[in-house]
Amino acid sequence: MPTDLLPLLEQAGRNQWLAIAPELMLGLIALLLLVLELLLPKAQRGLIPGIAIISQVAVLVALVVNLNTPYIGAGPTFNGLLQHSGGGQFLRLFFLLASILTCVLGTVSLPRQRMPHIEFYHILLVVTAGMMLLAQANHFVMLFVALETVTVGLYILVSYYRDNPLTLEAGLKYLIMGALSSGILLFGIALLYGAVGAVPDADGRLHTGFEYQVLARFLATHPGNFLASAGIVLVLAGVAFKIGAFPFQIWVPDVYQGAPTPVTAFLAVASKAAGFAVLLPLALEVFPAYSSLVIPLLSVMAAATILFGNIAALTQFNVKRLIGLSGVAHAGYLLLGVVAGFSQPQAVGAVYFYLFAYLLASFAVFGVMTQLGGADDANQDMDNYAELARERPFLGAVLAIGLGSLAGIPPLAGFMGKLLIFTAAFQAGHYALLLVAITGVVLSIYYYFGWIKAACFPTKPIVPEETAPPTTLAPVPRGLGLALGLLAFASVLFGFYQGALGRWLLGL
Amino acid sequence: MDLLFNPLFLSIAVPFAVAVAILCGLPKRWSVRLAYLGFGVPAMLALWSWANFPADAGADYAFAARASTGLEGFGISLALGLNGVSLPLFVMAGLVGLAAGLYAIRSTAERLKLYLMLLLFMQAGLMGVFASTDVFFLYFFHELALIPTFLMVGIWGGRDRNYAAMKMTIYLTVGAMLSLLGLVAIYVKSGANTFDLPTLRAAVAAQPIAATAQKYAFGLLLSGFGILVSLWPLHTWAPLGYGSAPSSAAMLHAGVLKKFGLYGLIQIALPLLSDAARAHSQVIAWLALGNVLVVGLITIAQRDLKQMVGYSSVMHMGYAFLGLVCFSAAGTGGVVMLMVAHGYSAALMFLLTTSIHDRTQTFDLADMGGLAQRTPVLAAFFIAATLAGIGLPGFANFWGELGIFVALWKFSPGFCAAAVAGVVISAIYGLRAVARVFFGPATPALTNVMAAKPPADLAWGERLPALILLVMLLVIGFWPKSISDTLNAALTAAPARVAATR
Repeated sequence: MPTDLLPLLEQAGRNQWLAIAPELMLGLIALLLLVLELLLPKAQRGLIPGIAIISQVAVLVALVVNLNTPYIGAGPTFNGLLQHSGGGQFLRLFFLLASILTCVLGTVSLPRQRMPHIEFYHILLVVTAGMMLLAQANHFVMLFVALETVTVGLYILVSYYRDNPLTLEAGLKYLIMGALSSGILLFGIALLYGAVGAVPDADGRLHTGFEYQVLARFLATHPGNFLASAGIVLVLAGVAFKIGAFPFQIWVPDVYQGAPTPVTAFLAVASKAAGFAVLLPLALEVFPAYSSLVIPLLSVMAAATILFGNIAALTQFNVKRLIGLSGVAHAGYLLLGVVAGFSQPQAVGAVYFYLFAYLLASFAVFGVMTQLGGADDANQDMDNYAELARERPFLGAVLAIGLGSLAGIPPLAGFMGKLLIFTAAFQAGHYALLLVAITGVVLSIYYYFGWIKAACFPTKPIVPEETAPPTTLAPVPRGLGLALGLLAFASVLFGFYQGALGRWLLGL
Repeated sequence: MDLLFNPLFLSIAVPFAVAVAILCGLPKRWSVRLAYLGFGVPAMLALWSWANFPADAGADYAFAARASTGLEGFGISLALGLNGVSLPLFVMAGLVGLAAGLYAIRSTAERLKLYLMLLLFMQAGLMGVFASTDVFFLYFFHELALIPTFLMVGIWGGRDRNYAAMKMTIYLTVGAMLSLLGLVAIYVKSGANTFDLPTLRAAVAAQPIAATAQKYAFGLLLSGFGILVSLWPLHTWAPLGYGSAPSSAAMLHAGVLKKFGLYGLIQIALPLLSDAARAHSQVIAWLALGNVLVVGLITIAQRDLKQMVGYSSVMHMGYAFLGLVCFSAAGTGGVVMLMVAHGYSAALMFLLTTSIHDRTQTFDLADMGGLAQRTPVLAAFFIAATLAGIGLPGFANFWGELGIFVALWKFSPGFCAAAVAGVVISAIYGLRAVARVFFGPATPALTNVMAAKPPADLAWGERLPALILLVMLLVIGFWPKSISDTLNAALTAAPARVAATR
């Protein structure tokens, strides 16, 4: 036994552990939270969420300081499992930011439920670490393991408020759909693996189709391989589940409604972005040889996703379902960016910027939703927002800015995201898709503006008794207020001044 | 940072900063004081730049400034500057903004702080629209000014405000999206990959855009801008929205913001897509005739004073489009003149309409009468504004319409004759409104209202903004050279000639 172990240990020591220091840190923090819950006296356990947030902010700052690590562009690490790039660094920051904000929302939402708190943060941190690894995967095994870490964690988080029947329904649906999509993805991977077989390199070592570069080389030399085509379609289908793209969007409204609001926010932003973190390198670096198959597939998917999301959202009054369906539409716009990326490299930067703007706006809206949510987290209608702007001007302003940014109204960041993606799509010549996208934007104005209208315009009830019961307007906690203020400010600022971020993302 | 001392940048930044300060929770007393600053500074700076505009500027941009916003690699940067076309509109934006601001500050609007904040955001956007030389920021500032309109209609609007706000939002978003797509088309198809207007013009002068691309880009811009300027038959949002909008918002939107579409056509579409514009000229002319004649007749049929003013503002946009299709310096210059004049006169009309409503508690023309005896100053202002709207010599509108008619005669005498008939239509509804509101006996309903609350004549809070607008109408009416010289220089100078004469 020791004879086998030693070379393995030696090989492990040669791995570049520093390259994944942020993920390791998150894992350690997650464990630390559990330890703290055991060790701290009961009165001081309330500090744990704060510790979770502050330590994540520390990791975020460290990541920003070390943005240009030497691992970028230095080839794969961990024997080809991971590859580091500027885009990967952006996505790491993105997931970390989403996690921090979800924790902030959790500090508001969790105390209103009689549920254990600490596990929520623990699982969230583990899921985030998984997403950050996912963004750098260079190998299908790595991809699948990271994806399953994320998905299994999310199964728990989605059904976290287990007293609520709607939440349980959401958890079950997400479990079944998630397992199905994992199965499809795995089947696709297996087909690709089988199509490639074992490929010896110059040193005589055998490589398999799990490795992105090997697969890309195989696809380039074997056009029109049926097994590979089927594998690509299945892999894309599995990813489409994660991003909620048509025709795999069917789980979105129910799960978004039933999941605890902070988890819905995390699903809407981070989980969707995780899908794109998988899709972007696969589509643009591994599959381009099969672009005659991938581009039409993704184009049809994008158009259908945009139309379905927007049309279905038109009739919603439950705001969680509404934002879920509008999120489907956003996945469609992002897919448009991916399609454009085949011929316009700067489209990738546009997709990243869109994701960032989407994060800012979504968390602003979800923050307001969390604050307004009562004991029953799953039912929140537009009526609950009546007179919000008059009674809580701050929340009203944040909501209006967030929704405006989601709708893509200048001068907000969401508009810049749309402009960048649309311009890239125009340059790539996808005029028909653009027309669909513009139609979608116009449709979306109806429901986004309807929500703003419900919150900001004075209501004159026709029959006084029929007005909605006044929502319990608790004072905004300081942490949430700070986060919302910063999000709204950033949404406005990045609408007209992108500064270093814009230069960095478009230069990637 | 020379940007910080640039008059154009300051005229955008000051109202914006005041609005942000109010947003951050300034107390009401200080909000009102700072609001004077927020509306006053742009007006002063606009007058200053008018006085100091170099006479030999030609087609060049004066007071130019440029700043990076992080996307210069993408072809976007904040670029400011004024040429002969944008200067009179910039001045108009500043002064109409001042009038609307003063009127709003003295008004009794509920939630005054929020009202002033939204107006200040709008004012910042309006100054930016005419000061930008980067197409992206042109569009951006337009939207910055547009969004508060929706909120103001929804929150302070009159009857049907929910419907009006939603309809306006959807129409104008469609218009904005179509024009955005057209602008992106120019960005890509010109091969310049920049939104910088002078660079785009140079690129197009060297290598015109391909004919098919021009056709589609111009179609997009025409329908997009057409909706924004309420080109017939896409105009139905306008009278409804204006009828419902609070007065200062209507003043700024009908007076200034709506000119964005025409401004975009003059500065962007005609120079960059001149071939397609020529090919479309018959279509535009017929649609514009729809504005003048069809909407004109609808205006006559209005019983509601504010709706009437709204429709008449739609009608006058028809003249502007008719001037554009002439593709001559006289026609385009006449359009700019008319845009400026209409900005002042439409704002004045909306202001006075609200003042009338404050005294009669109704917009229904059939329920009014005899107000001139009680409020002679209001009557005098209203008659002057009506005559200006009809295009009587002595008011600025006359020069705009004259230029357009002269140019239109060369384009097609038939269109010219039909357009001149429109003047008769505007005389009919204008003078009839004057007669209904101010002369004749008061109706019993109105007598009751006036007995309950005797109408006072125009107070200084209303008189001052009205005076600013009227004086500008007269100044330009008697001294059109004050804006026509630089305008002519800009329109006949080299790059613009592509559009203006060929």
